[in-house]
Amino acid sequence: MQYILLLNESPNELADRAHPERSKSYWGAWSAFIGAVSKAGILVNGDGLMGPETATTVRVRDGRRSVQDGPFADTKEVLGGYLVIEVPDLDAALEWAAKAPCVHGGSVEVRPVMPPMRAPNA
Amino acid sequence: MIVDARRAAEVAARSSYGRLLACLASRSRDIAVAEDALSEAFAAALATWPERGVPVSPEAWLLTAARRNLMHRARHQSVQLGAVGELLMRIDEGAETPDWATVDERLKLLFVCAHPAIDETIRTPLMLQTVLGLDAQRIASAFLVAPATMGQRLVRAKAKIKHAALRFDVPDLKEAPTRLDDVLRAVYVAYGSGWDDLAGGRGLAEEAIFLGRTLVSLLPQEPEAQGLLAMMLYCESRRDARRDDAGRFVPLPEQDPRRWSTAMIIEAEALLTAASQAGRFGRFQCEAAIQSVHAQRAITGRTHHAALRVLYDLLLAHAPTVGVAVGRAAALIEADALDDGARALDALDPESVLAYQPYWVVRARLAERRGELDTMRSALERALGLTEDPAVRRFLSDRLA
Repeated sequence: MQYILLLNESPNELADRAHPERSKSYWGAWSAFIGAVSKAGILVNGDGLMGPETATTVRVRDGRRSVQDGPFADTKEVLGGYLVIEVPDLDAALEWAAKAPCVHGGSVEVRPVMPPMRAPNA
Repeated sequence: MIVDARRAAEVAARSSYGRLLACLASRSRDIAVAEDALSEAFAAALATWPERGVPVSPEAWLLTAARRNLMHRARHQSVQLGAVGELLMRIDEGAETPDWATVDERLKLLFVCAHPAIDETIRTPLMLQTVLGLDAQRIASAFLVAPATMGQRLVRAKAKIKHAALRFDVPDLKEAPTRLDDVLRAVYVAYGSGWDDLAGGRGLAEEAIFLGRTLVSLLPQEPEAQGLLAMMLYCESRRDARRDDAGRFVPLPEQDPRRWSTAMIIEAEALLTAASQAGRFGRFQCEAAIQSVHAQRAITGRTHHAALRVLYDLLLAHAPTVGVAVGRAAALIEADALDDGARALDALDPESVLAYQPYWVVRARLAERRGELDTMRSALERALGLTEDPAVRRFLSDRLA
């Protein structure tokens, strides 16, 4: 089973990315976590995301495209990145999710990844 | 012959539903599909057993038939999904006759229902449906929820188990002690449900005791599992004494202790003693201790009311439920502490006891002890309106007369 770990960070944690004193421990914690996931041989892929201030949201309503600055809504937590892992079941995915640095200030949402769809005539 | 076959199917349905479902679902993780396959197997049994006779092992027959149904489904699905191999393998792995003596598959199913990823309020109903085969209607009435709502919530929970691939296993309980609490509570509710349903036979109560035994043997270091089993055995020891020879209901204070099962009481005492050695007291040990005090009457000839009072105070602190509060009030009244008993009843939220039969029985008892006959009569009438069991109905209407 593949699960995506949606890594939600608090604004404080995001600010630590470029903080003169705290950035080192911020990035250190993440690279340790991702290193552990990778060594366990379960990492499918993953990325960190730039901050929400760089986001642009697009939607089409009644055939008209509207483009908006920023993420959809103001929330206390922001999607800071994601990892896709391959593990036998949800319990194993939750074990890994609980080790992510952002669980203390933010949260991790774990969702099963849909299996790839087969072509209709395959 | 037809009647025999139907009976055999019914007995198999009652005694092995949970085991069969757990066996079928733990491999595919798809509880809903396993339920369908199993009910088709039961339908097939009803159609073929009257003609061809009841098989030597009805359970094995049903399991094979249900597996075949699952296989058909998998083949059918595989056309759409292209995953024949994997699906068939998951079903085939368990093709041998299950060994009921090893780790019970039902425990795995119980623990997956008590998974933290499942909404807390649906865990016990889910366990009752999947492991004990209670229908959504009956569960809904036990939980005071509309049957359609309960049905939907059960379906949603099963879909989550399947799609998010929750693990079917007994978890490390040091990491997840609350999961054991949920499992114990479900067994407790199941026993209570079988206890009330005296007319319907002892199927559910026996099933709950069996699950209790399995929990104790699998988790010998868990005092609350021992406490729960002890509590059930104490109550079960009195089953025969709850009816007199004419089939009339006999309340606990009037029961003849010579009709209690000594073997069950001895077993319960041993369990409770073993549990106390762990030094972790809890709700179920407390419930068992209360029953133990009642059981002492077989030896001493009297009920130790002061001990009951202390234990009920403790139990209320551990489990502040309406049921416990009413039980405590009943104990106070039997101990002649009528004013304390009245205060305990008055303190309850009137809404929560409106349809709670034991509350009205205890109200009637209080009024009787105080000589308030009109109050007693109206409380008895309320209780009677909430009673289904014919023997209890007769008992209550005799008191009314």
